[in-house]
Amino acid sequence: MYAQLVETGAKHVQSKDEMSPEEREFQEKIDAETKIEPKNWMPEGYRKTLIRQISQHAHSEVVGMLPEGNWLTRAPTLKRKLQLAAKIQDEAGHGLYLYSAMETLGADRDEEIEKLHQGKAKYSSIFNYPTLNWADMGAVGWLVDGAAIINQVVLQRTSYGPYSRAMVRICKEESFHQRQGYQILLDMMREGTDEQKAMVQDAINRLWWPTLMMFGPTDDESPNSQQSMAWKIKRKSNDELRQMFIDQTVPQLELLGCTAPDPELKWNEETGHYDFGEIDWQEFYEVLKGNGPCNRERIKTRKDAIDGGAWVREAAAAYAQKQRAQAA
Amino acid sequence: MTQTQALQEYLLRLADSDMILGQRLCELCGKAPALEEEMALMNTALDLIGQARNWYEYAAELIDDGRDPDKLVFRRDAHDYRNLLLTEQPNEDFAVTMGRQFFFDVWHYFTLNSLTRSSDERIAGIASKALKEATYHLRRSSEWIKRLGDGTEESHRRMQDAVDILWRFTGELITPDDTDHAMAEAGISPDPEPLAQDWRGMVNEVLTQATLAPGAEDAWMYMGGKHGEHTEHLGFILAEMQFLQRAYPDATTW
Repeated sequence: MYAQLVETGAKHVQSKDEMSPEEREFQEKIDAETKIEPKNWMPEGYRKTLIRQISQHAHSEVVGMLPEGNWLTRAPTLKRKLQLAAKIQDEAGHGLYLYSAMETLGADRDEEIEKLHQGKAKYSSIFNYPTLNWADMGAVGWLVDGAAIINQVVLQRTSYGPYSRAMVRICKEESFHQRQGYQILLDMMREGTDEQKAMVQDAINRLWWPTLMMFGPTDDESPNSQQSMAWKIKRKSNDELRQMFIDQTVPQLELLGCTAPDPELKWNEETGHYDFGEIDWQEFYEVLKGNGPCNRERIKTRKDAIDGGAWVREAAAAYAQKQRAQAA
Repeated sequence: MTQTQALQEYLLRLADSDMILGQRLCELCGKAPALEEEMALMNTALDLIGQARNWYEYAAELIDDGRDPDKLVFRRDAHDYRNLLLTEQPNEDFAVTMGRQFFFDVWHYFTLNSLTRSSDERIAGIASKALKEATYHLRRSSEWIKRLGDGTEESHRRMQDAVDILWRFTGELITPDDTDHAMAEAGISPDPEPLAQDWRGMVNEVLTQATLAPGAEDAWMYMGGKHGEHTEHLGFILAEMQFLQRAYPDATTW
């Protein structure tokens, strides 16, 4: 998930004739589905695009801890608290794992995190929405992790080796989170009180459209997609992925006995897909620009944690140096 | 107090202390000074709440009034909580968080170590599993005490402040009351005297290595936690932690 509108720096996709011999050889490897590894030659644009995409992905894992952390201290049972803590811990692990994959491209974790704190780096727009009731913990797992998986399953075949391998591992855990999230909602719908059922529907109403936005702009508004597809950093278009998600999710929604806040959502016999209404793209771009309901709070929390923890990291470094000096 | 009542009390102390400290650590989600620490804090919270659940299950069986572990956690008020006062103290900064963890971990480690030999097999079993986790917790918090104490000038000052702030709650860890004595005499829990010596010995050793000064041995200590007399903090911890179960008392599943 978690990567939207990744800038590639390319105005158009180069034809083979326009490429240098190195670029041509690189593209031929990509076309032959050979994974690119850290020590292989790669075009600067490919490297930079990957750094942007993987760092966005890593930032999303880390910022994504916050809307869940919002309910961790209020989780209603021991079982749910333990599940949620384990999920959040997995996300921190995914963040670490992805930053490592990013560092194989010569990027620096601290520098990329600093860009996030300065508002220069993006993360998934979804985490700028608030979590307002307990059912959001189910809905985030089911919808948000569900959308992430659609994207990430495809990214297991992405052309850059370390990123592809990170995705294989992350997908396994995300699938588990998604089932767990759905179970929270299912339990509340099947055995819950009317108030609990209302929480579930309320959570879906609020998170439905922002989840669909996670796949990014429509294909004709996605200028960087073509280059990313040619490099096989991206493997399916935003609209394809979004449609896959909707087709997979609507039957699950029906099983819950809930509805989506989209009167135009209906099965289309002819296309074999669900039709759905128009996404509010103005809202999407406003959230990306930093004007979502929680953008400021999310960044502030992360910045305070890292800046406020500088003295701790300095102490650890100073202590390690003293230990080394003593050993020498 | 019958021995069964004393055992229930004792189990609730173990459970509540794990639970409340775990809850405090949950508050730090997304706020750790590094991503690696984020994972370690969450991991410790998971361990402690998992251990609490084991103790609660046993306690609930003995209490046998229809309450399950969730009822014990989410429907008891502060005066029924039996956690050590230390565990409910606020996170403040990372030095206080780690100081609280360290003082607790030393107590936890020696207590669990001794509980693995408890005459109560159920307790011995839970303690054996928990001891592996607590051993790791103690290694980690000791390392942090040394790093912060012997790191920079600022970290030394903050760590010493943390020791000074928390010291008045440490006496409760090693001062036995009637319940502790009854449990020890029955061979269920550790002998209080060696536990106190072990705790003091390790705390002094690590603080010395960390260039930190312990508090005075005759310092005035606050010790109401084990009897349900808490600091002002616990009420707020419970208000947050119990919110859903209190607001929706008719809900039977979550």
